[in-house]
Amino acid sequence: MKELLKEKLSGHFPNIQFEFIEQFDELTLKFDKSALITVCEFLKEEDGLKFNFCEDITAIDWATRINRFTLVYHIFSLENKFRLCVKVEVDETECSVETVSSIWKAANWAEREVFDMYGITFVNHPDLRRMYMPEEFEHHPLRKEYPLMGIPGAVPLPKK
Amino acid sequence: MQKLTKDDVHPKIVQALLGADVHITIDDALENEMILNMGPQHPATHGVLRLLLRLDGETVIACVPELGYLHRGYEKMAENMSYMEFIPHTDRLDYISPPANNVAYALAVEKLAGITAPPRAQYIRMLLAELARMCSHLVAIGALAMDVGALTVFLWGLREREKIMDFFDVICGARFTTSYTRIGGVASDVTSDTMKNIIAFVDQFEEKFDEMERLLNGNRIFIERLEGVGVISKEDAIDLGFTGPNIRASGVEFDLRRATPYLFYNEMDFKIPVYTEGDCLARYFVRSDELRESVKIIRQVIDKIPNGEVMLNSPKKVLPRKTEIYTKMEELIHDFMIVNFGINPPVGEVYHAVENPKGELGFYIVSKGEGHPWKMKIRSPSFANLQAIPHLVKGHMISDVVAIVGSIDPIMGEADK
Amino acid sequence: MGLESKLINDGFFTTTVDALAAWARESSVWPMPMGISCCAIEMMASGDPKYDISRFGSEVMRFTPRQCDLMIVAGTVTYKMAHVVKKIFDQMPEPKWVIAMGACTSTGGMYRSYNVVQGIDQFLPVDVYAAGCPPRPENLLNALMQIQDKVGKTRVKDFPDPPQISHESLQVDLSPSKN
Repeated sequence: MKELLKEKLSGHFPNIQFEFIEQFDELTLKFDKSALITVCEFLKEEDGLKFNFCEDITAIDWATRINRFTLVYHIFSLENKFRLCVKVEVDETECSVETVSSIWKAANWAEREVFDMYGITFVNHPDLRRMYMPEEFEHHPLRKEYPLMGIPGAVPLPKK
Repeated sequence: MQKLTKDDVHPKIVQALLGADVHITIDDALENEMILNMGPQHPATHGVLRLLLRLDGETVIACVPELGYLHRGYEKMAENMSYMEFIPHTDRLDYISPPANNVAYALAVEKLAGITAPPRAQYIRMLLAELARMCSHLVAIGALAMDVGALTVFLWGLREREKIMDFFDVICGARFTTSYTRIGGVASDVTSDTMKNIIAFVDQFEEKFDEMERLLNGNRIFIERLEGVGVISKEDAIDLGFTGPNIRASGVEFDLRRATPYLFYNEMDFKIPVYTEGDCLARYFVRSDELRESVKIIRQVIDKIPNGEVMLNSPKKVLPRKTEIYTKMEELIHDFMIVNFGINPPVGEVYHAVENPKGELGFYIVSKGEGHPWKMKIRSPSFANLQAIPHLVKGHMISDVVAIVGSIDPIMGEADK
Repeated sequence: MGLESKLINDGFFTTTVDALAAWARESSVWPMPMGISCCAIEMMASGDPKYDISRFGSEVMRFTPRQCDLMIVAGTVTYKMAHVVKKIFDQMPEPKWVIAMGACTSTGGMYRSYNVVQGIDQFLPVDVYAAGCPPRPENLLNALMQIQDKVGKTRVKDFPDPPQISHESLQVDLSPSKN
């Protein structure tokens, strides 16, 4: 399955630079964020691959690298019972990525959660609101500079 | 009264409610639309889930759920504590079946650290996971029955659940939030007396569950309230990210115990119940069939369990035994290092998913070689299952909303993390 | 309240009626389960056939605050949820009592994070704290018994006077609406 994947991807997209990492029996695929939609559509529709199940979307905050965030997509193929991890790098200054919720509907809420926690905006998302924190909240909690105990007064408490 | 438009109301969530796709046309509709808040405090929302409903009379036109009332900041806390310290926190994720979450977390960290627990520990973990599955499905069936009006089933289910909690008390030391698994095994052994008692419990459980089913399966009111309500097709279920009993009720045979086997499930003989209708009644039947399959698995586990150790003997990664810490020097040093500085797994990341009673619980851990993870993401099944609620309730009445939420069986502790 | 305020002389009759009323109040404390997370499951378990809270008089757990006199806050209270809890508490009629069940409501518990209120006594007046994570059902029943002791000792003069409402604010405008 891994060989088939590598073959099909390099065959269909000769211009895109793919990086394959294998660790703990899992395969990770890394490429540039501009090709995200085309590659994801290919992964979902192509015969033999059929990654029709989007399990999770999350982001890693490296805090000191040039590309500060890495967006991670976990997708699963129900027919082949194979899990793939797709990664794209996002810079802090240009903190936005195309949404994949048109490809997998399950990505809708997961992307909202990434926006709430990290501040990465998703272009063309149908409903980009905060997921967990209240609407008026101004910070993004899972960034590394946000303290664990929070900023006092950020969310008001009712009076006694 | 006119129809409310987007310009009249300000908050973003209400704008999303008013702007949602509406393709329901109702003959003879009244001219008034109403926004109803089925708020976080509600007897039937299975926790603190807020549903904003846009109603025309009693028919729901659109629905927007709001989460975050139980967001405790798990992922941020995990970045500041060691792998061992996070185990009690995993209990409180899916708080109806805590041992199952412990097993999932321990497996993920062991995959990252590159160690495997001894076989006896793995069988004990399977035993606990199946007992936890029974606990969870008993509450789910009871709560669903209570939501549609059958109160007796809930109390009978809780009575059986109390017997299972007594077993947790004896094996794990705590009846509810167990924190029983450790990285490298489980905390303590299971005696053969306990296993005999579990077999005795399981023998009398089948009749009691038959009684409970007799109250529901032939009950006309129960069937009419649930049949044809909240139907979801196979393609929609896969697209929306459903897992667990919810997707198996829509015709997709997807169970992580068979698809990506872990522990010793590939040696156990059990069926995966699959129904094709995709409505609330099918989800109820999947859960009640899974209860019986769990009983089968428990019998096989107790039959096949080998003798041996319950904690791995790997000094740098696994806590040594208490008796040795008090008497030998090296074990004392290892214990000190592991407790204070953590187990220091290699640099890398791992995603491990497990079949929880509610669906697929996955842990994505990124490690930079330190004692605490650099990032931990918890892929919770209830979060993905709740996403389908706006899709499922369109066109139904308010009382069907209650039945649909009950049949999806969300737990806000893991949906909100 | 009108008749009782006239008889506030503390004679034999009034104190007996008072004690009788307090005994009736303590033997039928109806809790309002503010079940938020894991402690809610143990609260449900204290209502099941093994631990049976209804033998203490708490026969029904009404989910509407208007009919209850005890609020059991069970589960972690986050900043977003705190406003909801306070709103529900304000909707309960006097006299009312609060049990803070579990470690999360007492002091924030094991969650020292940005979204968890470190103890609900920052915005609610708490009467009994039940320790545990989660407290066993027997522990909750013990807390209920302590509330019953507290309720049994109250007398009419302990309850605050209702707020005085000016009659102008109750006027209703009956002129035809402009819409």
